[in-house]
Amino acid sequence: MTESAMNENEAHRPKLRKLFRLQWEPAQDAHVLLYPEGMVKLNQSAAQILLRCDGTRELPAIVADLEQAFNATGLDADVRAFIAGAQSRGWLE
Amino acid sequence: MTDLSQPVAAAESEAQPAGVAPPLWLLAELTYRCPLHCVFCYNPVNYTDHSSELDTAQWIDVLREARALGAAQLGFSGGEPLLRDDLEVLVSEARKLGFYTNLITSGIGLTDKRLDALKDAGLDHIQLSFQDSTQELNDFLSSTRTFELKKRVAEAIKAHGFPMVLNCVLHRYNLPHVDKIIDMALAMGAEYLELANTQYYGWAHTNRAQLMPTAEQLKEAEAVVERYRREIGERCRIFFVVPDYFERRPKRCMNGWGSVFLGIAPDGAALPCHTARSLPGLTFPNVRDMSLREIWYESDAFNRFRGFDWMKEPCRSCDEKTIDLGGCRCQAYLLTQDPANADPVCDKSPHHESVIRVVRAAAAREANEQPVLFRNDANSRRLAATHDDDDPTQGTRK
Repeated sequence: MTESAMNENEAHRPKLRKLFRLQWEPAQDAHVLLYPEGMVKLNQSAAQILLRCDGTRELPAIVADLEQAFNATGLDADVRAFIAGAQSRGWLE
Repeated sequence: MTDLSQPVAAAESEAQPAGVAPPLWLLAELTYRCPLHCVFCYNPVNYTDHSSELDTAQWIDVLREARALGAAQLGFSGGEPLLRDDLEVLVSEARKLGFYTNLITSGIGLTDKRLDALKDAGLDHIQLSFQDSTQELNDFLSSTRTFELKKRVAEAIKAHGFPMVLNCVLHRYNLPHVDKIIDMALAMGAEYLELANTQYYGWAHTNRAQLMPTAEQLKEAEAVVERYRREIGERCRIFFVVPDYFERRPKRCMNGWGSVFLGIAPDGAALPCHTARSLPGLTFPNVRDMSLREIWYESDAFNRFRGFDWMKEPCRSCDEKTIDLGGCRCQAYLLTQDPANADPVCDKSPHHESVIRVVRAAAAREANEQPVLFRNDANSRRLAATHDDDDPTQGTRK
């Protein structure tokens, strides 16, 4: 990746596409992602990352927030990998 | 109208719990009335026998009970759901309950005023049907003059900021236009395009000989879809629902009977699949008489084909039964006269030849001389009146 592409990536504020809605489903005992005629059940870490993809935070801020919330370190690579995957599945802007 | 018989959802954990899981997908067929007369409609051919509709309060009870059971996806369909003037009230209630709300429509009647009201009510998504990329075929297949109107409606849907899925049912007449249909969806800014090859139930079954494509047509259309998918990436996701007559294994119909799908017909009959009304020997419970909880968990109709105990050979001892669950019960009935048989799409079925014969006849174009039968009240009454219990092609039983 070139430096400018990297910088662009860092400045990007991931946000759920408007096609999708993230909500807690008591019957599933899980957060789910709802979209036209479909649903994906999320595990806890996926849900916690996506809840922070609200268009206000850049990637490093999301990582920092998660590390603070879960009293953890070294989440950077996992979060980036998940967000890249979510982007390729069309969940995120 | 669209066919939604593909598995909805796909929650990521695929494992079935030991007990009966709650419904996820509620389809509210608000009315059988429809301004279009599509030759491939999956509605029962005798829909005129079921014309009494639930009222607003009854529908609201259905929404509340289904949501309490755990349903998260809600489709408003029909017929044409816009013919109900309480649609906005129902959408608003559904959205408050936490449903993801899908309007499945022909677009006829979707004025700017109603789009505003639906936006205010919280509608999440609109699925708009087209019959083809050309006015001639769109209007012929629906027996209306609606193509230009639908195009204007598509623009209005996007102008109101709704996510839009375009749906086009495919068959012999429009398969050669698949590239143009995709171009149309892209030009309209659709987020998804559902290219649903006709599934042969209801009116589509009645018109099967005319609609059945050839294997070559399908192969070419699939190649076109693949090419577009590579070119357009995430801009528009294209679904291509394969017509199962050309397969050797059946579809995992509804992701299992009484597994995720709960359909409520206009008159309140609760159905485990869109076309279950065509099955003999089942009494479908009605929401006017029974709670949804009782219907889903306890009724004979919803339990009849759950699990594996109902299966006959070759399904019973088949090592693939957990994959396809024996296929489609309605198709088994339509083609073998017994809904507990293996779906004859499967080449292990002793009735598989009946599927092959239909495909061969299509290739030989033996059927082109027959006129198609449009879905309208006069044809429905005629089919209902001449209904013969020994003839499964006549669809729903009274």
